[in-house]
Amino acid sequence: MTILLDPTSERSVAGRTLVARPASLRGRAVGLLDISKPRGNVFLDRIAERLVAEGATPLRFAKPTYTKPAPVDLRQEIASKCAVLIEALAD
Amino acid sequence: MGEWREPAWRIRSWLKLMPKPPLPDGLVAVVKRDCPTCALVQPVLRQLREVGRALTVFTQDDPSFPAGLDAVDDTALEVSWHHGIETVPTLLRVERGAEVARAIGWNRRDWEGLTGVSGLGPTLPAHRPGCGALSVEPDQASALELRFSGGKLRSRRVELASLEDEFESLFDRGWTDGLPVVPPTEIRVLRMLGGTARAPDDVVAVAPPDLVPVTVEKVAINAVMAGCKPEYLPVVLAAVEAACTDEFNMHGVLATTMPVGPVIIVNGPIRPALGMNTGINVLGQGSRPGLTIGRALQLVIRNVGGGRPGGVDRATHGGPGKLSFCFAEDEEGSPWESLSVARGVAAGMNCVTLFAGEGTRCIVDQRSRTPESLVSSFALNLRALHHPKLIGFDAVLVVGPDHARVFRDAGWNRARVLEEIHARLQIPGAEMVRGAGGIEEGMPGHFGSQTLPKFRSDGLLLVHAGGSAGLFSEIIGGWQSGPGGSEPTTREIRR
Repeated sequence: MTILLDPTSERSVAGRTLVARPASLRGRAVGLLDISKPRGNVFLDRIAERLVAEGATPLRFAKPTYTKPAPVDLRQEIASKCAVLIEALAD
Repeated sequence: MGEWREPAWRIRSWLKLMPKPPLPDGLVAVVKRDCPTCALVQPVLRQLREVGRALTVFTQDDPSFPAGLDAVDDTALEVSWHHGIETVPTLLRVERGAEVARAIGWNRRDWEGLTGVSGLGPTLPAHRPGCGALSVEPDQASALELRFSGGKLRSRRVELASLEDEFESLFDRGWTDGLPVVPPTEIRVLRMLGGTARAPDDVVAVAPPDLVPVTVEKVAINAVMAGCKPEYLPVVLAAVEAACTDEFNMHGVLATTMPVGPVIIVNGPIRPALGMNTGINVLGQGSRPGLTIGRALQLVIRNVGGGRPGGVDRATHGGPGKLSFCFAEDEEGSPWESLSVARGVAAGMNCVTLFAGEGTRCIVDQRSRTPESLVSSFALNLRALHHPKLIGFDAVLVVGPDHARVFRDAGWNRARVLEEIHARLQIPGAEMVRGAGGIEEGMPGHFGSQTLPKFRSDGLLLVHAGGSAGLFSEIIGGWQSGPGGSEPTTREIRR
């Protein structure tokens, strides 16, 4: 019988369930995260206009660079201020 | 249900926790019956007892041998293995638990010096070589090593069923890069760990994308799978350390849609020590150290970090370099100081430089005999990198020996070559902007009135390598350069 050593981290990545979808965005803070890819701001500007029209309050955030994960502090700030987050992924 | 029994591997791991057995003070002899020299020295051992020496005899194969000396049973070879007995008979002098003298085989003068007793074995020949100890017999050594030092391995044991093909089972578990891997058995991993002075549970880095602390042991397991020899392990460790920095940004290099991977460039005396190829086919197949070191790094990112194609790895096309890309500079034949010295590392120091690079592209120039003509060729080829109308990428230029000779003959040093290439890559913005040349791709329009450098001032890395025939050099194109992407990253290789 062959015995091998596990080459992996031996951890399973924690699965998280999404929060329930709000029935309406009216009166809610909606985060808009620009990952800093070209023209992400164009997309988010338009989304912001539509959110205001629906009575939501858009809050703008940006990652320093799209090549790295969002810094922990930024993620924490978004989580504490927003009920919903929209992320502009790419150009 | 049957009676509960601990799994065999767990019982073995308890056994492995046995500490090194101490030696009794005085004289210690290790013998075996199946050794003519051991049989020869029996009267000498009795003589030592008779003159009052504290003598303990360990026997490797038959506890009744030698008769009348109350030999201690070491048929498990625990004492022999732990105390490095390679030949029987071996005579030790032990003081306060520590070995202070050792005589191997039978040699009257040595034994008399060690014991302080004269006239030993007067009828024996003056000298007789011993026999190989059982503890180092080829068919025993691996099992003993595992038995007595395997306990330091912490990773989960995976038992394969007897009908399972071990190579196929590694594919089935998703632990390979698409090629077969060497099964990481305990003994292979133990031997791999012999390549470093670092403890198995030392954390080397935090591996992306899952941000998992990766230990020396996990690197060793993946190095076994990649096909590394133990002496390559320090290079793999340095590469993992360099890759998993904010500076190099392995997360982004893995996740990008571009076809880049970590390119490892090795400098220092470790290159010839490992037998790394710096000559013919230096960027190709056929040389074990480079291919397996590069592969080991990628397996660590895949297996420990959790980075897999289609998961966080979103490469549109990828490239062969994402499997393994590691090579060594030809420092000895270079007209210039090495890449690492140019990057501020002391000469003679072993190090790796990691570069986020794609595959290679050949520059063919078989006519240039002046350095001016040759750098102009280089510049023209480099301008096309990723797109002739885009900037923001670094590159490695691997200069072949035939091209390097042109610079040597002209007395151009490394700085001069780079300066001349950069000077030829200051491009009018009007040629670069979107729409210019009827091509929609390009730099934003506001750059139209500027002169744009194709590369940032430290964005070109010169490396000398390749076979001695062929007027060719190679471009390894980079990824987004700088703090927002990836910086070339150099780390020392420590044993």
